[in-house]
Amino acid sequence: MWVDYQLTVDPKIRVLDAINTVKWEQDGTLTYRRSCAHGVCGSDAMRINGKNRLACKTLIKDVNPEKPITIEPIKGLTVLKDLVVDMDPFFQAYRDVMPFLITTGNAPTKERIQSEEDVQRFEDTTKCILCAACTTSCPVFWNDGQYFGPAAIVNAHRFIFDSRDEGAEQRLEILNDREGVWRCRTTFNCTDACPRGIEVTKAIQEVKRALVTRRF
Amino acid sequence: MAIDTNIELTDAGDPSAFLIEPPRSRTKRTGRKSRTNFEMLAWLFMRLSGIVLVFLVLGHLIIQLLLDGGVSKISFAFVAGRWASPFWQFWDLLMLWLAMLHGANGMRTVINDYAERENTRFWLKVLLVTATVFTVLLAAWSSSPSTHNQLSAGRTRQPTVMQVHKYDTVIVGAGGAGMRAAIESTKRSRTAVLTKLYPTRSHTGAAQGGMAAALANVEEDNWEWHTFDTVKGGDYLVDQDAAEILAKEAIDAVLDLEKMGLPFNRTPEGRIDQRRFGGHTRDHGQAAVRRSCYAADRTGHMILQTLYQNCVKEGVEFFNEFYVLDLLLNEVDGQTRTAGVVAYELATGEIHVFQAKSVIFASGGNGKFFKVTSNAHTLTGDGQAAAFRRGLPLEDMEFFQFHPTGIWRMGILLTEGARGEGGILRNKHGERFMEKYAPVMKDLASRDVVSRAIYTEIREGRGCGLDGDHVYLDLTHLPPEQLDAKLPDITEFARTYLGIEPYTDPIPIQPTAHYAMGGIPTNVQGEVLKDNDTVIPGLYAAGEVACVSVHGANRLGTNSLLDINVFGRRAGIAAAEYAATADYVELPENPAAKVVELLEGIRTGTGEERVSDIRSELQQTMDTNSMVYRTESTLKQAVADIHALKERYKNISVMDKGKRYNTDLLEAVELGNLLDLAEVTAVSGLARKESRGGHFREDYPTRDDVNFMQHTMAYREVDADGKDSIRLDYKPVVVTRYQPMERKY
Repeated sequence: MWVDYQLTVDPKIRVLDAINTVKWEQDGTLTYRRSCAHGVCGSDAMRINGKNRLACKTLIKDVNPEKPITIEPIKGLTVLKDLVVDMDPFFQAYRDVMPFLITTGNAPTKERIQSEEDVQRFEDTTKCILCAACTTSCPVFWNDGQYFGPAAIVNAHRFIFDSRDEGAEQRLEILNDREGVWRCRTTFNCTDACPRGIEVTKAIQEVKRALVTRRF
Repeated sequence: MAIDTNIELTDAGDPSAFLIEPPRSRTKRTGRKSRTNFEMLAWLFMRLSGIVLVFLVLGHLIIQLLLDGGVSKISFAFVAGRWASPFWQFWDLLMLWLAMLHGANGMRTVINDYAERENTRFWLKVLLVTATVFTVLLAAWSSSPSTHNQLSAGRTRQPTVMQVHKYDTVIVGAGGAGMRAAIESTKRSRTAVLTKLYPTRSHTGAAQGGMAAALANVEEDNWEWHTFDTVKGGDYLVDQDAAEILAKEAIDAVLDLEKMGLPFNRTPEGRIDQRRFGGHTRDHGQAAVRRSCYAADRTGHMILQTLYQNCVKEGVEFFNEFYVLDLLLNEVDGQTRTAGVVAYELATGEIHVFQAKSVIFASGGNGKFFKVTSNAHTLTGDGQAAAFRRGLPLEDMEFFQFHPTGIWRMGILLTEGARGEGGILRNKHGERFMEKYAPVMKDLASRDVVSRAIYTEIREGRGCGLDGDHVYLDLTHLPPEQLDAKLPDITEFARTYLGIEPYTDPIPIQPTAHYAMGGIPTNVQGEVLKDNDTVIPGLYAAGEVACVSVHGANRLGTNSLLDINVFGRRAGIAAAEYAATADYVELPENPAAKVVELLEGIRTGTGEERVSDIRSELQQTMDTNSMVYRTESTLKQAVADIHALKERYKNISVMDKGKRYNTDLLEAVELGNLLDLAEVTAVSGLARKESRGGHFREDYPTRDDVNFMQHTMAYREVDADGKDSIRLDYKPVVVTRYQPMERKY
């Protein structure tokens, strides 16, 4: 069901500001999640004019205000109310890939030594804010909620390629699954959707290669 | 300029959405390895066959061009003639076969995807089988039917009046301090973490510059210098015993995070890299020192993610989108003890009572009563307000930090690390004005000093822009590679929100409300005080909600990420150890009554006042009257405005009368908290007739150590008629090593 709201705003404001204005002045029942309002908390991923974006990182002038701007909840997760979706399956997939540093042996007295080059290997995927824009832009995920989805694989990648981590084999086994990385059809929707500019598809391909070559 | 725009939103407000699309949940995946290897082989085959095909086709064409002299010669007769050769027969057959298999495998994967749709599954399976039979080679590996969504699983919510939960330890808030505490307390006691968001949405993630610790990885440093800088930065209102703990434990706090997996930037030797930050000096103010451990300009994000990852590892139990509205205390043998908290579940509108032996407040700051602020929409001082309404004091609330570099008009934070990397503040004449105000530290003086300097420039007519209401942060002299490597996020903010390219243009900035130095008073174990020295057994606070006080009158940059880790950990351990020995305190009679009354009062209110109007007027008066510069008259104006707004607040109504995800109601409750805390801030500021740190009184421009070297303690008093007022008291500062000196940078 669509509802039309009409408002006059400065084109340089964020879409989130416009939605806030609607909520504060026209329709208090309009419900959505938001917090930081500058693209670091990941609360307000929405489908704006058919594309997954963060409402707080999209300015009105960038979405052609001449025409009506359409805003929908992200796809593939159950809609609970207006723009609020059930995030539990998304976070469950995240938890399933063991997203934490796994080490054996005694911890060193001081920090673990890691070269800047080794940091660079996984630096891109540490930027993830778990906003679900990538996972809910993936056609495979729309079809099949069992697929881990890009975000979970990105977070597995972050640890698989961390030189300090010793759990890569376990994580690769988890992702070497019918619902794991092999489900990815390299549509690149996820890379386009990522508000943090993570090369998501590339990360998934790197995990696939690591599974074949067992080098990481 | 303004334009008309039309926004369409989907409104799936009606509950039938549940029936159409049942909640998805993930089933456990096991025993699928044989299929998996097949998927891997299929993927490999796709890539290899694709590459070989390209070579075969290109090879064929190139050889043709080289040997036979051009494309023009290609004809049916020519190709037929070629086919006499067995070599070309094999070549082209291989090409054809590979093309068929490549295509068939591609079809298979697509069909596989569509076969998982529950409605059309049967017919697609038939098609799938036909397709696999048709491709002879793949027939042997026919595809098996696959699992699809489990329709019945997922949370079912049966609304009830009230649910009661029992935990050893309950943590309110899942930002840095809450999760650091949870990691410790989950190991030692049965712990629940309640957050009104999801843990990774917390505003710790917005912190940028770094976390201070005297690791001395890049140059000489020690924790004693760090302690001194913290005390001096706080304008001697810091409790020095606490500052010493902060600086000493900083080193282990950073190393702990590294061991938990935090990806710090590294030195060439592979150790944690460090950079300069405002107010951090070597040898008691001689020169800037590199003390801030960082991960580009997203250190807070990395800390939040790392702590959440470790909470997942430890199996911390989270209650997401549970909004804590009340603290339950009870008298036991004449002693006030902690009984639990009352929370409102956003998804259902249900009330939950959590009975707990110990409660840790880690619910963050209250900066949303300012208009230009770096704070999230959600930072509404819920913990402070809950404690204050239960008669607990709030300490040093007049001290609010204004970060010098917020994006002009929006208030989005641009890290001090930008100046740590060499960025310079300039006025409209292009002058580096900080040389006047802080000859030694220049742009890296402490935040209160820099913010005041910016406002002085603006007031004296040297501000930039048409209205002269901002100054510039100049990064243009720094190499683009350095900006990309060290400050990627803030340069992106400038591009996204201002359309400015920081490589070539300076960024317009203005001071932005950033951090509450004050809060719920605690001792160094995180135990909450109910007056100057009595603790409430079982009640703890850590992070921005608390006032230990390690930040005094002005917090140093990078000390807040440190604060949450050091005191979050301490509170987590102390709370769990207390819970191990203590008994549950009986819940007060009808524990949720106050919360139900509050919520139902707002929900059924029929007044004419709108929450957003009152909120924006509150923000306006705080920005005008209680910001960087304050006087008796502006603060009196602020108090008067707040009183008027509180009266109007009694007549609010909300549009959303429902139970599920009623964020309209939530915003109304949050506004009530902001009003109370804004009043405490203004009243405390009015009484402090001196200038110290973040609190600058133009009518009393100097520090007065004789009368005001003490912490403000504000209590809520309710008289016989039910009218509430604020009573102020004072608490001495703990001084150990450092006697107050004049503060210069």
